[in-house]
Amino acid sequence: MSGPNTDYDPVEVTPLKSEEVDASRDAALAAIAAATDLAALKQVRIDHAGDRSPLALANREIGALPPQARKEAGQRIGQARGAVNQALAARQAVLEVEHEERMLVEETVDVTLPTDRVPTGARHPITTGSELIADIFVAMGWEVAEGPVIEAEWLNFDALNLGPDHPARTMQDTFWTDPPENHLVLRTHTSPVQARTMLTSTPPIYVVCPGRVFRTDEYDATHSPVFHQVEGLAIDEGITMAHLKGTLDHFAASMFGEGINTRFRPSYFPFTEPSAEVDLVCFVCRGAGVLDGASCRTCRGEGWIEWGGCGVVNPRVLTACGIDAERYTGFAFGMGIDRTLMFRQGIEDLRELFEGDIRFTTAFGTEL
Amino acid sequence: MKAPVSWIREYVDLPADVSTEDLAARLTALGLKLEAIEKSGDQITGPLVVGRVLTMEPEPQKNGKTINWCTVDVGEANGTGEPQGIVCGAHNFAPGDLVVVILPGGILPGNFEISARKTYGHLSAGMICSARELGLGEDHDGIIVLPADAGAPGDSAFPVLGLDDEVIEFEINPDRAYALSLRGVAREAALAYGAPYRDPADRAVPAANDQGYPVEIEDPVGCPVFVARTVTGFDPSAPSPDWMVRRITQAGMRPISLAVDVTNYVMLEIGRPIHGYDADKLTGPIRVRRARDGERLTTLDGVDRALSTEDLVVTDDSGIIGLGGVMGGETTEMSATTTSVLVEAAHWDATSMFRTGKRHKLTSEAGKRNERGVDPTVTEAAADRVVELLTTYGGGTADQGVTVVGTPPAQPSIAMAYDLPARVTGMPIDAAVTVTNLEAVGCVLDKGDTGLTATPPPWRPDLTDPFDLVEEVARIVGYDRVPSVLPREAAGRGLTREQRLRRRVGRTLAGAGCVEVISFPFVGDAAFDALGLPADDVLRRTVRLANPLSSEEPSYTTTLLPGLLKAAARNIGRGATGVSLFETGTVAFPVDHGPAPIYGVDRRPSDSELAKLFEAIPEQPLHLGVVLAGERERAGWWGAGREAGWSDAVGLVRRLGTELGVDVEVVSAARMPWHPGRCAQVRVDGVEFGHAGELHPKVCQAFGLPPRSAAVEVDLDFLMRHARDVTPGPDFSTYPLAKEDVALVVDAAVSTADVEAALREGAGDLLESMRLFDLYTGDQVGAGRKSLAFALRFRATDRTLTEEETAAARDAAVALAAERTGAVQRS
Repeated sequence: MSGPNTDYDPVEVTPLKSEEVDASRDAALAAIAAATDLAALKQVRIDHAGDRSPLALANREIGALPPQARKEAGQRIGQARGAVNQALAARQAVLEVEHEERMLVEETVDVTLPTDRVPTGARHPITTGSELIADIFVAMGWEVAEGPVIEAEWLNFDALNLGPDHPARTMQDTFWTDPPENHLVLRTHTSPVQARTMLTSTPPIYVVCPGRVFRTDEYDATHSPVFHQVEGLAIDEGITMAHLKGTLDHFAASMFGEGINTRFRPSYFPFTEPSAEVDLVCFVCRGAGVLDGASCRTCRGEGWIEWGGCGVVNPRVLTACGIDAERYTGFAFGMGIDRTLMFRQGIEDLRELFEGDIRFTTAFGTEL
Repeated sequence: MKAPVSWIREYVDLPADVSTEDLAARLTALGLKLEAIEKSGDQITGPLVVGRVLTMEPEPQKNGKTINWCTVDVGEANGTGEPQGIVCGAHNFAPGDLVVVILPGGILPGNFEISARKTYGHLSAGMICSARELGLGEDHDGIIVLPADAGAPGDSAFPVLGLDDEVIEFEINPDRAYALSLRGVAREAALAYGAPYRDPADRAVPAANDQGYPVEIEDPVGCPVFVARTVTGFDPSAPSPDWMVRRITQAGMRPISLAVDVTNYVMLEIGRPIHGYDADKLTGPIRVRRARDGERLTTLDGVDRALSTEDLVVTDDSGIIGLGGVMGGETTEMSATTTSVLVEAAHWDATSMFRTGKRHKLTSEAGKRNERGVDPTVTEAAADRVVELLTTYGGGTADQGVTVVGTPPAQPSIAMAYDLPARVTGMPIDAAVTVTNLEAVGCVLDKGDTGLTATPPPWRPDLTDPFDLVEEVARIVGYDRVPSVLPREAAGRGLTREQRLRRRVGRTLAGAGCVEVISFPFVGDAAFDALGLPADDVLRRTVRLANPLSSEEPSYTTTLLPGLLKAAARNIGRGATGVSLFETGTVAFPVDHGPAPIYGVDRRPSDSELAKLFEAIPEQPLHLGVVLAGERERAGWWGAGREAGWSDAVGLVRRLGTELGVDVEVVSAARMPWHPGRCAQVRVDGVEFGHAGELHPKVCQAFGLPPRSAAVEVDLDFLMRHARDVTPGPDFSTYPLAKEDVALVVDAAVSTADVEAALREGAGDLLESMRLFDLYTGDQVGAGRKSLAFALRFRATDRTLTEEETAAARDAAVALAAERTGAVQRS
């Protein structure tokens, strides 16, 4: 490296000649322009703007010039290097954009490839259906009550005005635990939950009771010894059949859509008096019985679907369960969850609910 | 109950234009539910016409038969007016008789198409029909010969034969036993249309006298009324009239013989079951009493029955001759030679009838009516009607003797406030409507200022309470007029904590790729054996069923695994390569607190009585079961798949713990049906609540599952009880993180959980988190040893940690691990 030229000794420094500097600058600019990718530009940067590039080397020689020449040489070199760096930056920007665009193209994948590495889970429609029903009633301010499936005979029958000689109590209909003298049954309906609620709380009572129930039925496309029910019970001052109708209409509309309501037909249940069967306006043909010129399949052309049973709670039941039958009245209703799902979702064979085939259940996802 | 419309119309003057559909709809609205409308001639397509036989030529055939070549006048029905030539194999008719002819183009039941065909050397253009060919009965002795005034040749035979008669089938609820008769159905039809009604039981009957067959009732509670009439000189070969056969058939019963048909006909007509005895086989007076210990009877169906002291029996001097109201005995049965008939019309106690029917597993049309309650006041009318029909169609004479023992029980009185129907139904029903409607159903009313006292009609034993009267009033007003009103808003508290948690558990598992199933909760030894449970396993102590669906599965299950494993195997069998299933359901364990009490229903049981009741009920915890079989992650373009294994099972329990805010502890355990070396017991605060891990290879084999299938079963109630109620907001530091990795070599038998616990304790409060990131076994650590590599993350809440502080915490962690587990830091 040359030290400061303290003794004036004018020397011709070749690299600092104006034409040399211009030539170096032009060579650099040409190389920059010729660089077609970032790697080439990087080499150009080393060759023409690096520490060992002609312009950098020339710059070092400035000190060797007589003081009066330094300024001019410095300016010349500075301008040349400035032009090169500017060109480098500009080229860099262009090449980066080009690079990125190329990369994005090169990284293209087939997004239609399958992504199902972990199989999808699902909840059972009976579960989600029960929750849907519970939510409709909870939104009305009701609560959800539950109870055991192996139940005391007294709670399943006697307390509900099904006396000792009621036909439903035979072995043909009810599963009894062994020995039968233990008076324990697999509950034949969720009504014992209503009895339990009345026995252990005071009105007003507004509860809905979904749950699993048992009858000694043959197992076929429409019957199962194990099935699911939802029952509702309201006990309050001044409750009438009109409140029952209002509640069931609201339930029907929430479950099947606006405008779908219910009708009552006289019927008989020991725990209610008066008693009624509840029919639902067919939510598919909307009561017409006919759909697209053919008989509606969902309601078999009747315009109505049998949905369940209901009535005013028999005062005998209130008395057995410790509710003042002079002061309070109540209503109760019940319907099959399985059957409701069958016609709501168009399930043809009840047994599909209990077979555990994942193709059935996954079709419903995690909510109904 | 099947009711022919023409029969209904016999007792009620319905407007002529009332359609069967409208009648059925109105009766349904009153509580007699329409099941179906049938038409007897539904399966017949005409032309089916009346014909007059003009000529018949008997022609003996080579096969020994003689056929008749007939010409039959069918009027203009054949389009020509010329006589129709028909071959007929029957011989019970003569020229001039009116017969029923189906012409070519017609179709008979069984889709039997009639065409003109060549037979026995003639072109037979149609068929002369028998009752059986038309689906009108079993009689096949010959063709139908119509009465001379039945019609003219060429008339349609449908109305003549009642083939266009429509029959409504009703489902009759147990409280409307009166509608198990035409008398009752017609009464409802009259109510529906406000039409005049004629009661078929309203007939003049001969007064009782002491010349009748002697009858003594020893049990007037079981049998309050017994009427006996006798018909002598009866022709046992006399046929039942066609109209009676037709109606009995339409009502769904089988015609048998005149004597039997008449008793059935009167039962259908009036509702009172009748029993007929061969009077010549009776010896001495008839007595009605309860059976005595050890007595037996062979009933009409040929079954020899041991009787209970609750059974009501009918006896004579020979002993027991019938199970009263349910079924007669063989010794006095009417037969083809019976010429004297003793007609019994008795009223029986409904409860006794129900119990006897149930005890002897006897169901009959008579039993069905007697056990639901029959009008006790129609015994004499029913007996008289039977006598009338027997003498009219079977000849013979009615004895002068008329035995009537006992009196019908009195009807109850029911007091009801006038406003009760409105208060219960929400319909604006006033006192006038209430009175009109109760009188319309036959109640006799004593009307007061604010209420009435009703005496229900004798055919309505179901009416006992004021609310029963409300239903009567309401059904006539019309259930369709009940307004739709929402009750006041209830102040509910939403779902319970447990209900919310259960949803969360389900969603968590579904989110982890598991599919929920619902299985039948029945189990037997075969499933326990397949699970490899030892003989004394607690899961084998079950709540047994007295009447299981299958003797193979006689118990309520104690474990969800059999159902889950079978469902998994079913999926694999149907081609699934991997299946993850879960179920939440109750299981049951017996408790030993004696039988559940039966209390009265006239008051609420006391708290201590209720406690005793609840205590007797088996323990029924909610369990969660999971099975993971085969592929857990699929193979694909991303690489290989992964089979389910023990860690997936344990991982799911941990995941639930995290979701519910419960610290789940995992310790190794050996418990069937799990692999003894790959089974985790899961605990909270040291208390076990279930197991998870790989299934024992024998269990996989027994259930037909892929090797290394894994399963979980936990007490979900227990886990949910420990769920965190309120999650405290986390407090975390934003100072820089200090990382330290340590690799520790321990004996293979040392559990990772123990090493982790020691490290955690030794590291102290500065440790933010710790995670095992590598497990190594092999040459570098030696046989029987393993290397556990942990990533420790340190952070202080109030400062940046120095290197020295971090190193000291790490060293303390390693030192405690060394002390507790013999861990050596790997260099």
